[in-house]
Amino acid sequence: MIAELPAGLILIAAGLMLPLVPRAARGVVSLGAPVLALAQLLWIGPGYRLEAEAFGFALELVRTDRLSLAFGYIFTIAAFLNALYSWHQRDGAEQPAALVYAGSALAAVFAGDMLTLFVFWELSAVAAALVIWAGGRRRAYGAGMRYLAIQLASGMLLAAGAALRHADTGSLAFDFIGLGTPAGALILLAVGIKCAFPFLHNWLQDAYPEASPTGTVILSAFTTKLGIYALARGFPGTESLIWIGAAMAAFPIFYAVIENDLRRVLAYSLNNQLGFMVVGIGLGTDMGLNGAVAHAFADILFKGLLFMSMGAVLLRAGTVNGSDLGGLYKSMPWTTGFCIVGAASISAFPLFSGFVTKSMIMASAAQEGHQWVWLILLFASAGVFHHAGIKIPFFAFFAHDSGIRCKEAPAPMLLAMGITAALCIGIGIFPAMLYAILPLPVVYEPYTASHVLAQLQLLVFSALAFSWLMRNGIYPPELRSVNLDFDWIYRGLGRRTALGAEAAMSIAWKRASQWKAGMRDGLARAARRYHAPGGVFDRTWPSGISALWMMVMLLALLIAGYLA
Amino acid sequence: MTQESKRYWLDRPENVARLYRGLWIAGAMLVLLDLVVHRHAEADFDGWFSFYSVYGFVACVALVLAAKVLRRMVMRAEDYYDR
Repeated sequence: MIAELPAGLILIAAGLMLPLVPRAARGVVSLGAPVLALAQLLWIGPGYRLEAEAFGFALELVRTDRLSLAFGYIFTIAAFLNALYSWHQRDGAEQPAALVYAGSALAAVFAGDMLTLFVFWELSAVAAALVIWAGGRRRAYGAGMRYLAIQLASGMLLAAGAALRHADTGSLAFDFIGLGTPAGALILLAVGIKCAFPFLHNWLQDAYPEASPTGTVILSAFTTKLGIYALARGFPGTESLIWIGAAMAAFPIFYAVIENDLRRVLAYSLNNQLGFMVVGIGLGTDMGLNGAVAHAFADILFKGLLFMSMGAVLLRAGTVNGSDLGGLYKSMPWTTGFCIVGAASISAFPLFSGFVTKSMIMASAAQEGHQWVWLILLFASAGVFHHAGIKIPFFAFFAHDSGIRCKEAPAPMLLAMGITAALCIGIGIFPAMLYAILPLPVVYEPYTASHVLAQLQLLVFSALAFSWLMRNGIYPPELRSVNLDFDWIYRGLGRRTALGAEAAMSIAWKRASQWKAGMRDGLARAARRYHAPGGVFDRTWPSGISALWMMVMLLALLIAGYLA
Repeated sequence: MTQESKRYWLDRPENVARLYRGLWIAGAMLVLLDLVVHRHAEADFDGWFSFYSVYGFVACVALVLAAKVLRRMVMRAEDYYDR
C-alpha cells in the first residue's frame, strides 16, 4: 500500500507530523522516514506510473525511470544523513522544514508532468527558506527572503513556460523540452536559476552560508541537484549549456580563493561542481549524461561531508572564518580526518568518489572535440583542489594555531560524517556500484595507469603551487571582508535606488502636504495625520516584503489561470 | 590542560619543511613516471611530456594571482551590506 503513495509524501508527512511527535521519538521519525522512502523507491523500481486527474488535466504524479531513481536514491540517503547529523537539533522548525524540503524535492524529481513539478518546485523553495530562517541570525532573515523571492521567481518562469508549452503542444508531460521555443527558453531560465547559472547564481552563495551549522548541510543537497535533474530531463544535448557550464566551473573558483567565510568558499565550490554537471548535460552523450548524474550523486555526498565538517567547526569554535581559525586538528582530529576525505573526494584523488565521476564528463568533452572546454574544466579541476581540497582543511584545521581549543564534534555528527566519508571512499574504490544505477549503460574504466598518473600529477603540482605561494608569502591572506559579486546589483545598487526613490517620494509627499496646508486647513490636518512622521504613508516597508507579496499574488493568478 | 602544553609534530617548522620537500620529491617522481607509463591522450596536447604537472602548477599560480587582482576590485568591509 505504501508503494501506492506518491514518492516524497512519506518525508513530507513525517515533516508535518514531527512537531506533534514527543521529543524522545523525533529523532527516530526523522531517521526512519528516509529509510522508508528509500525502501519504497527500491520496491517500486523503474517503469512505475501513478496517474491522476486534477483541474481537468491528466497528471502523472509519479513516474519512475532510471534517471529519476538515481536522484531519488541519493535524495533519500542525503535526508537520512542530514537527520543523523542534526540529531541534537530536534527542537525548533529546522528538522520539520528539512523533511518537507527533502520530500518535496523528491516528489519533484518523480513528477511526470509540469504541474506536479511546479507544485513541488515551489514547496521545496518555501521549505528551504524555512530552513534558512531557522539559522536565526538577522542576516539569515534577509538572505532567506532573497532566496525565497528568487526561487519563487524560478517557479513563476517554470509555470509560465509550462503554460505556453501546454498551449503549443496540448501536453503537460515533462520530457525533453529543448531550447527551440519561447516556452523552452522560459523553462530553461527557471531551471537555470536552480542550477545557479552565471548571473543567476548569487542566491546560493548568499543564503547557504547564513543557515545554521546543520541547515547548510541540508540545503546543499537538494535545490541545485533538483535543477540538475530537470536540466538532464528537459535539455540534454543543448549546446549552449556546454559553455554555460564551463563558465560556471571556472568563475566561482576565483571568488573561492579570496573568500573568508569557509562555508561560503564551499558554496562557490558547489557552484563550480554544478558547472561540470551542466557541461555533461550540454554534451548530451551517454557518457556526458551518465557523468553528470554520477557527479551529482557523488557531489551530494562529498559536498555534504565538507559542509558537515565546517558545520561542526562552527558549532564548536563559534566561527568558520578562515581568518579566525587554524590549528583545530588538535581539538577536532576526527572532524579533520573526515574533512580531508571530503576534500580528497571533491578534488578527484584516485580511490575517492570524484575521481570516478568527474572524469566521465571530461573524457566526454575531449571525445566530442571540445578542446577548449576540456582545458577550462582541467583548470577548474586544479582550482577546486586548490580552494576546496587544500584551502578548506588548511585554514580550518592547520595553518597557524589560532589558540582555539574546543571539544570534538558531538557523536551523532561524527557518525554522520563517518558514514558519508565511507560512502565517498566506497564509490571511489567500487565505482561499478554507482555505475550500475546510472541512467544509461556505462562503458568507462576510470582506473587506467594513464588516468591515475595524469590526475596525480595535476593534484600534486597544484598542491606544490599552493605550498610554494604560501611559503613565499604570495598567497593572499584570509581577511575579514565581503566580496562584491553579481548580487551587488540588487543588494547594493538596487537597494540604494529603492531607498533613494523612497526618500524622494517622502519629500514629495511632504511638499504636497505643505502645499495642501496652504490651500486648505482641513485637508492639511487630514494629510498630516497620514503623512507626518509615524503616519501610515510615512512608514518604510522593506522592499523584500512587497516583492514577496507580488510573487504570492502572481502565483495565485497563475493557479487561477490553470483552473479556469 | 595537557592539550595546551602538548607539542605536536606539525608544530615544529623543520617538520613542515620536511613535508614540503617530500611533496617536491613526490612531484619529481610523478614527472619521471611519465617516461615509463604511456599516457594515452584525451585531447590533442595532454600527451606532451609532463603536461598535467606543468598545467596544474601554472593554473594554480595564475588562479591565485588573478584572484589577488579580483580582490582589489571587489573586497569591501565585512559589514558592507549591513550598513
